[in-house]
Amino acid sequence: MNLLTILDPATIDWSRAQFALTACYHWLFVPLTLGLALIMGIMETIYYIKRDDFWKRTAQFWMKLFGINFAIGVATGLILEFEFGTNWSNYSWFVGDIFGAPLAIEGIVAFFMEATFIAVMFFGWNKVSRGFHLASTWLTGIGATLSAWWILVANAWMQHPVGMEFNPETVRNEMVDFLAVAFSPTAVVKFFHTVSCGWMTGAVFVVGVSCWFLLKQRNRQLALASVKVASITGLVATLIVMFTGDQSGISIAREQPMKLAAAEGLRQGGTQAPFSIVPGIEVPGMLSILATHDPNGYVPGIDNLLQGYTTPDGQTFPSAEDKMARGRKALAAFTDFRTNRLSDPARAAEARAELQANVDCFGYGYIQQPADLVPPVWLVYWSFRLMVGLGSLLMLILIAAWWLQHKGRLENARWMHYAALAAIPMVYVAGQAGWVVAEVGRQPWAIQDLLPLNAAVSQMSPTGVALTFFLFVVVFTALLAAEVTIMCKAIKNHQA
Amino acid sequence: MIAPFALLSRIWHFYRDGFRQMTWGRTLWVIILIKLFVIFVVLRLFFFRPALAGMDEQQKGEAVGTALTR
Repeated sequence: MNLLTILDPATIDWSRAQFALTACYHWLFVPLTLGLALIMGIMETIYYIKRDDFWKRTAQFWMKLFGINFAIGVATGLILEFEFGTNWSNYSWFVGDIFGAPLAIEGIVAFFMEATFIAVMFFGWNKVSRGFHLASTWLTGIGATLSAWWILVANAWMQHPVGMEFNPETVRNEMVDFLAVAFSPTAVVKFFHTVSCGWMTGAVFVVGVSCWFLLKQRNRQLALASVKVASITGLVATLIVMFTGDQSGISIAREQPMKLAAAEGLRQGGTQAPFSIVPGIEVPGMLSILATHDPNGYVPGIDNLLQGYTTPDGQTFPSAEDKMARGRKALAAFTDFRTNRLSDPARAAEARAELQANVDCFGYGYIQQPADLVPPVWLVYWSFRLMVGLGSLLMLILIAAWWLQHKGRLENARWMHYAALAAIPMVYVAGQAGWVVAEVGRQPWAIQDLLPLNAAVSQMSPTGVALTFFLFVVVFTALLAAEVTIMCKAIKNHQA
Repeated sequence: MIAPFALLSRIWHFYRDGFRQMTWGRTLWVIILIKLFVIFVVLRLFFFRPALAGMDEQQKGEAVGTALTR
């Protein structure tokens, strides 16, 4: 009996909805942690250099907000690991060795680093030297950032699996090159893009809260100084987001061309491919430049990827049907190997060789029709525009905030105060939209080309998964409400 | 050079005094403890039993291999 015919499609849908919900909520807390860690580190460094108590009090205020966000957000990511084991057990076993190493390192090194230095950061004022306290503040941020590194290494591996070999005996991918996994170009670009997005989030949050103080004519000195630090930090972060976004585009064009085609809604590709600003408005040749850094670069569209294509320089790429045929061969060889590995070693060896020859298309063996390889185009297309559009708007808001502060006109620019406040939800929406592009854009794959979701999911009742989905909605919403309430109270009650 | 016992004592007092002097941090710790209880006791014990729990490595490989080739 075929795996696909015995799986209830609702199980896949509820499992992916639950994972998406958990990841989205988790990502509400993480970027602010990363961003505030950088900004409070900079502020405490200024205090250390200038020995001015004003900067100490300013750093302490932002540390308090960091602490609230950290406390509410901590451990929300653990639920994702529960879901791996329960809802995605085939996937968890299939990737075990590759995922195990980065996540174990993340758990041991980064978690303990954070847990140790965060205590010194909060409890250590006037108890440890200023230098040791400053080091602890920075190490808290570095610990959080290192956590992000290992999580993003694991995510990057799913987008572009490298440094491993599939062992049909254990049914696991086994790591053969740790450095290839830990420092794959996909992981490096993803890390800097994601972390700089977090820095941008922190900067926009600080500018927004500071502008609220100015709107209420309170804590003026703290607000102006904070805008100065945060707007510059935010602009530097924005430049890094843009640069790494560009590098990410090149990487996606090479490794996940379907995601790029979906993000552009590009059915038929070619050279001098246009970039769609919104449907009906295009910039000729721009997509080729973004995807290949060459106006004449070839970018395949969705139909090209499904039907197969040849680039102008003569490189031929197989159709979806060809890959599915190779996938079925790999799957048949895998079955053959498992059936004969004890009874007929010679036949098992032949099957293993056949599997290895087609293992790069293993996941295509579970694909029923080529159309299943196309992610939801409208969602990826509009999420990409939301991410880039809001990101550009946020950059303008940060420039305006810096300029007005620099010219001494920020205090009276009420429109700027409102714009900065509106920027806070915007930066979160932009970050979430970015993850939608990254994750929905790679559907149907749990691991690119190797394991689609319908093979990765556990066989379980959809009712149970639906129940925990709604349980999570309640738990996470309660946590978010607690965060917003406590955060607002801390901001409202603050008197510098 | 600080003796190991004195060092441990200083660390203990550092944390103890820090926790005692907390103000708004107390609310956060309550939230953290409730959250950890929900995650590790309610969710983990009642809702998230790993599908391959109770199997040894070989059995897990067999189970996943069977699921992937069925």
